[in-house]
Amino acid sequence: MKLYDIAHSRAGDKGNTLTLSLIPYDEADYEFLCATITVARVGAHLKDIVSGEITRFELPNISSLLFVCSNALMSGVTTSLTLDTHGKSLSYALLEMEIAR
Amino acid sequence: MMKKNIRIGCGAGFSGDRLEPALVLAEKGDLDYLVLECLAERTIALAQKRRLEDPTKGYDPLLERRIASLLPLLMKNNICLITNMGAANPVAAAQKIIEIATSQQVHIKVAAVTGDDVISGQAGNPDRAFHFANFLPFAGDDKIIHHEQHPISNEQVISANAYLGVEGILQALQSGAQVIVTGRVADPSLFLAPMIHEFGWSLNDYNLLGQGTVVGHLLECAGQVTGGYFADPVKKPVENLAELGHPFAEVSADGKAIISKVAGTGGLVNLQTAKEQLLYEVVDPHAYITPDVVADFTTVRLKETGKDQVQVSGGTGRQKLPTYKVSVGYKAFYLGEAEISYAGREAVSRARLAGDIIKQRLSSQVDELRIDQVGINATHRTSFADDTSVPYEVRLRVAGRSKAAAGAALVGEEVEALYTNGPAAGGGVRKYVTEVIGIVSVLTDRAEIFPTITILQS
Repeated sequence: MKLYDIAHSRAGDKGNTLTLSLIPYDEADYEFLCATITVARVGAHLKDIVSGEITRFELPNISSLLFVCSNALMSGVTTSLTLDTHGKSLSYALLEMEIAR
Repeated sequence: MMKKNIRIGCGAGFSGDRLEPALVLAEKGDLDYLVLECLAERTIALAQKRRLEDPTKGYDPLLERRIASLLPLLMKNNICLITNMGAANPVAAAQKIIEIATSQQVHIKVAAVTGDDVISGQAGNPDRAFHFANFLPFAGDDKIIHHEQHPISNEQVISANAYLGVEGILQALQSGAQVIVTGRVADPSLFLAPMIHEFGWSLNDYNLLGQGTVVGHLLECAGQVTGGYFADPVKKPVENLAELGHPFAEVSADGKAIISKVAGTGGLVNLQTAKEQLLYEVVDPHAYITPDVVADFTTVRLKETGKDQVQVSGGTGRQKLPTYKVSVGYKAFYLGEAEISYAGREAVSRARLAGDIIKQRLSSQVDELRIDQVGINATHRTSFADDTSVPYEVRLRVAGRSKAAAGAALVGEEVEALYTNGPAAGGGVRKYVTEVIGIVSVLTDRAEIFPTITILQS
């Protein structure tokens, strides 16, 4: 099973920092995501994309997680040579993560 | 008399956004205010370049089309327009709006908000020189500015604009202006200003300002909260995206708001669309920094209250910082990009060979070279696909940076030369050279910035 099957995400950019929300379709899955989708797991999964530190924020009021990934956008939207300079597509990179329930 | 509720719509979430959602909002949204957010970080630097070429330009290129179509509806329904389409030249934008109003025989008052341009605004700086030394460092950007190999020189700077808060817009609202056109203003402030103006909120009531900022943040990207950028046909189906409605908020005096859209438009507003937008581009949900407040998004509560209705409440905030963030645009380099496609048998092998040839010929000619295979690993810079899936076709993409336009053009020349020099059956070459404007941020003391307004009447 992929993360895609139980959660959705939107990517955002601020300079060279990538933000990835992680929102379960079923709010009851929030605890499962908190327990499973750790900073270490996200770091390992996105190792080819994120080279800086990753911080995870928990937002229990809205049953959502937020991953803030530094040094993740090849210098950022204005000067990166990559195709997707904003990293807008990277929400779906996170959702490719294999999970077991 | 103080209103109980006000309704604020957002008809555009970026400079190139669709035109008609704003018309739909103005016609059927029962709005008090319409906001058009059209100014990304780099947009203002490009606008500054246009202003330097022609002092009557430098505002948003779509301003004339947007205003000409909107103005009759704004007049008919008594809606105040707030927009950052002034970009690098809000006064020229206001003049253009007056010109459009005059040609439509409409009498209006337009206010231009200025003071964000810290280059032309600096006292005793008639030569428009910019000096990094006059500013305070902003987080990690200091490393970019003073990079050992590629420091950014003062001479490279073409624009420097402080993110203003609500101050100038509030002056404009008090003047009774029906159209308010700004340059660089923090996006949520465009929405927060009318709340403060209508409800008489204190500029020191940081919980109200925090809540109002949350509402602004939810609205500022327009279709991103109404199911547009949210949609996925399998897991998140959304109806009628081709006629996506843009959002409005019905805000009450305590800051609570209902996010919704015009009935009959495409799209969707629900808990999921609101959550995605709430966390969009947020680097610290405990401290979302704007010029008006440091807002706390972790206290926010969202609740579905009806079809396409989400109530937002609970946003809080703390005292604003003593500095303004200044976005500095600089001439960074020239980007050369080119693409060529391979399809059918061994498409991937042929594309890879082409990439190797390009690498051998271009590596020493440009300052940085990037080669991707579109269809395999370009978009995510890697691939999570199972190895078994071999694409039928692949598009080789080459990007190179150079200090000179001629150096960047080599990328296209080399990719195009693959037509005759091989490998076999490469087709569909496209090539581009772009001058890249980079953006870095610095900080300036609040005492250095003077938001001012200019009033024009038709």
